[in-house]
Amino acid sequence: MYRVKVYVTLKPSLLDAQGKVVKGAAVNLGYDEVENVRIGKFIELSINENTKDVNTAVEELCSKLLANTVIENYKYEIEKE
Amino acid sequence: MKFGVVIFPGSNCDQDSFFCIKDVIKEQVDYIWHQDTDVKGYDCIILPGGFSYGDYLRTGAVARFSPVMQSIIDYAKDGGHLIGICNGFQILCEAHLLPGVLTANDKLKFICKYVNLKVENDTSDWTNLYKKGDVLNIPVAHHSGNFFAETDVIKELEDNNQILFKYCDAFGNVTEEANINGSVNNIAGIINKAGNVAGMMPHPERAVEDLLCSTDGINVFKSLVERMN
Repeated sequence: MYRVKVYVTLKPSLLDAQGKVVKGAAVNLGYDEVENVRIGKFIELSINENTKDVNTAVEELCSKLLANTVIENYKYEIEKE
Repeated sequence: MKFGVVIFPGSNCDQDSFFCIKDVIKEQVDYIWHQDTDVKGYDCIILPGGFSYGDYLRTGAVARFSPVMQSIIDYAKDGGHLIGICNGFQILCEAHLLPGVLTANDKLKFICKYVNLKVENDTSDWTNLYKKGDVLNIPVAHHSGNFFAETDVIKELEDNNQILFKYCDAFGNVTEEANINGSVNNIAGIINKAGNVAGMMPHPERAVEDLLCSTDGINVFKSLVERMN
């Protein structure tokens, strides 16, 4: 079984409204040193070993489904169990 | 003319669209189930508003891979007329039938109210019965209507006259204050380069009779009927 960890993040050029609000809360909590918060998604996939090419499969899943590349970047780690 | 209104799990403006075409525009209309793959015989397909698949992952991202969408993508590429309203617009962007993407409103609020829209293009199949500069009063109801595309894409939309509507004030001024959701250049509705595919966040099908406080949305559908006849 392959365990795949996918991280989807908003492109740096885009305003992250949620992150901005959470940053304000962090400062309210007393952590003035927090300068920026960006919120993204973490997705775990389990892919069985019947797959011919796990790298191609994950790349296609990320670019076509899990991330919208107009506004998001993605990266992933594939581990074999 | 024969219209088709697609029903996805979570669509909630399908009946409004159906009513608008059948009882107001008085043209033929059928529902199209999201599992159907045959979309032949339609002159216009409407992707209605709602929360298809619960807006899971991203708005429109899951609906884009439903069986009916594969046929609709082919239908649109063959020149078939297709309009996405609200969630339908989000699906069309996810399906790459329209450029850009609709992200969360900049204030992260669900906005449900009548807004003013300035008509930017009065020659398209969808807007030829309006006049450029007309100010329309049409409701919106969305959480993710913040239209974004890269600068070069926006320039192309502007240069090719692909922008149908922009959010404006009551006098038709396209201002930052009138930009309800943070959309680039106040964009509320666009068409593809060929002009057969339209997407808009406001709901024209909810502004089609006096009882609904506005009839300003009728001409989106009548323009197409006029053009097709």
